[in-house]
Amino acid sequence: MNSVLLVKYGEIGLKGKNRSRFEDKLVHNIRSALQDISEAIPRKIYGRLVIPVDEIHQDVIETVRQVFGITAVSPAVSAVLELDEIKQAALKLLESSTGKTFKVSARRPNKSFPFTSPEINREVGAHLLANTGKWKVDVHSPDVEVFVEVRPEAAFVYTQGYPGYGGLPVGVTGKGILMLSGGIDSPVAGWLAMKRGVDLVCLHFHSYPFTSQRAKEKVLDLTRLLAKYKGTMKIYINYFTEIQKEIKQKCPMELYVTVMRRMMFRIAHRIAETEGALAIVTGESLGQVASQTLESIYVINQVISLPVIRPLAAMDKVEIIQLARKINTYETSIQPYEDCCTLFLPENPATKPKLSKVVKAEEDLDIEGLIADSLDKTEVLYLR
Amino acid sequence: MAREIYLDNSATTQVFPRVAEKMTRVLVENYGNPSSLHKKGFEAEKIIKEARQEIAQTLRVDASELYFCSGGTEANNWVIKGIAKRYGKRGRHIISTAIEHPAVLNPLEELAEEGFDITILPVDKSGSISLDDLKKSLRQDTILLSMMHVNNELGTILPVQEVGEILKGTSVFFHVDAVQSFGKVELQPKVWGIHALSVSAHKIHGPKGIGALYIDKRLNLPPYLSGGGQERAKRAGTENTTGIAGFGEAVKVLKEQDISGKVKSIKDVLLAGLVSIPGVHFNGSPDKYATPIINVWFEGIDKGEVLLHLLEEDGLYVSTGSACHSRKPEPSHVLKAIGSGKEALFGAIRLSIGALNTEEEMHEAVQIIKKRVQELQRM
Repeated sequence: MNSVLLVKYGEIGLKGKNRSRFEDKLVHNIRSALQDISEAIPRKIYGRLVIPVDEIHQDVIETVRQVFGITAVSPAVSAVLELDEIKQAALKLLESSTGKTFKVSARRPNKSFPFTSPEINREVGAHLLANTGKWKVDVHSPDVEVFVEVRPEAAFVYTQGYPGYGGLPVGVTGKGILMLSGGIDSPVAGWLAMKRGVDLVCLHFHSYPFTSQRAKEKVLDLTRLLAKYKGTMKIYINYFTEIQKEIKQKCPMELYVTVMRRMMFRIAHRIAETEGALAIVTGESLGQVASQTLESIYVINQVISLPVIRPLAAMDKVEIIQLARKINTYETSIQPYEDCCTLFLPENPATKPKLSKVVKAEEDLDIEGLIADSLDKTEVLYLR
Repeated sequence: MAREIYLDNSATTQVFPRVAEKMTRVLVENYGNPSSLHKKGFEAEKIIKEARQEIAQTLRVDASELYFCSGGTEANNWVIKGIAKRYGKRGRHIISTAIEHPAVLNPLEELAEEGFDITILPVDKSGSISLDDLKKSLRQDTILLSMMHVNNELGTILPVQEVGEILKGTSVFFHVDAVQSFGKVELQPKVWGIHALSVSAHKIHGPKGIGALYIDKRLNLPPYLSGGGQERAKRAGTENTTGIAGFGEAVKVLKEQDISGKVKSIKDVLLAGLVSIPGVHFNGSPDKYATPIINVWFEGIDKGEVLLHLLEEDGLYVSTGSACHSRKPEPSHVLKAIGSGKEALFGAIRLSIGALNTEEEMHEAVQIIKKRVQELQRM
């Protein structure tokens, strides 16, 4: 009998030919998440991953649970395919559980095992009753449910499952550029994109001295928090200062934000090309601010041809905040260092900008020159 | 960055080279515990004794009335909460001013929650209090008056000596937060009737993490930390010998070289240069007080933090009057108390001179400020 973590995954089990690619990615992502705390190597068995461990440690469970693609992690005992071994494993687990009642729930994907599921339930249940004093059976609402999974490789016995986030292993969907500000929304958007398997590269627009070094450090801290879900994270810190100054000097005040967002998307597009990324991910939520009305999004979106993934488009602020708390980015996001100086934020930004007016407003800007210059001064960091 | 001009000496200072040398020596050679009975312990004890003597002499108090602690914040907490604890039965009224450091205002707020009655004296445009207001606020049950000597944002000198006169003959204890005045302006706690005085080393080119509280013999303050009986059982914990030695050395350097005279003369140079910049205004009255602090703002600039970062680009380090790092700027309670308007409140920067600055740096600083102010005004 050995201690293992039994890892269940949902959707990726369904995806036909791609299956082994998904599983390999999941194994790779789990190993990379565990690299600092455990040398355990996940093993693929049909429909599950098994991580052999010397002892069950809560931090290992917590770390594995957070890897996208996993639906649940159960600390389990693996037993050889003999009924006696299964009985012993079940007894060991029940003795270390708390409660008064139990039930046994067996499944038998391995049809060559000589006992059916109801037979296993009866046999193991009887063994537990005979060898413990206080435990009673309750098939409707037991305190402890003893699960037995009889698979071709071994039988797995467990009583607990820790839920995972589901989704897809990071990397299977392809690469995306996350426009990361220091706010509450964009880290959540990045997290949701990663949850659907997108491999992220972050992009932050820095306009020092109009924002501070602390604002940048806050973004790096957020990047480190997101890196927990994928391993090392690459981030581009784009030098945006001159562009902001130019916009302020040459464009009408009510269009500052519209033109600024268009410049940001143009830069994101360039970086996506360099990175071989196929999407831009943003934290935009419909109607939240002036640049996030449909009219604004339409005008801003004109400058790029790549798809823009907006995971928060239809979410309320309250829901976004709940998620931010859940993924542990909220406390960092609310530090009072802003990513955009109020100097560049008009009192009354246009909520329904007209494309023709915006194009005209940009006429005096040397768009190509400004972008090239800002890309030249862009810093690239790898964080984890 | 080619050159750095540090004009944020009221936040903290660079240590004198002699202080760094002294501290290194103590760290490497005199590392003994002053309580140890052997020679190593005795050496360390002696270093503390000498530093205490040095500082006490400067303050013209007895060395036995000086207690080392971690700095200004601890000294202020100690004296305010200690007096409330020991003398709370005699009276529940405490007086302070609107422009105190948070290390005074926040302990007072805690005491208010415990049922103490706190009177906060208002200040005028220059940041000073009215002695009439003070006299009127005194009551039978007043146990403590706590005020600063030099305001950290404006450089205003408060009439500590006069207040001491008023309090003589009353049973009110008088605490002065001298963190910004010690080593910079005249300070005579005994003559002025001060019962407790907070000082800190890192504002006078000494190390961080060390300060002292002068406690007059008539004030029976309970211990701040109890333990192994250090600092005559008032503030236990193995002594910070290195910090204390650095503190003592900084005071010695200040005494040997007429530094406050030098600081005053280069402040005049800086002030004259600033006055020549169009649209310049001052919070408080920097020309009236011989302190190393100038709080300045410029017409058309209401974001002090942006100006700060622009100056930083040229290697000039200053601080802001109010924090503007959020969309809801947090105004300074001091600037609010003196009734500053929007630009004066949010556009102000504070320049504070230290003993290591030079006259040449002042000329250069003025040029940098002039250039960056114009750049920002154009935007």
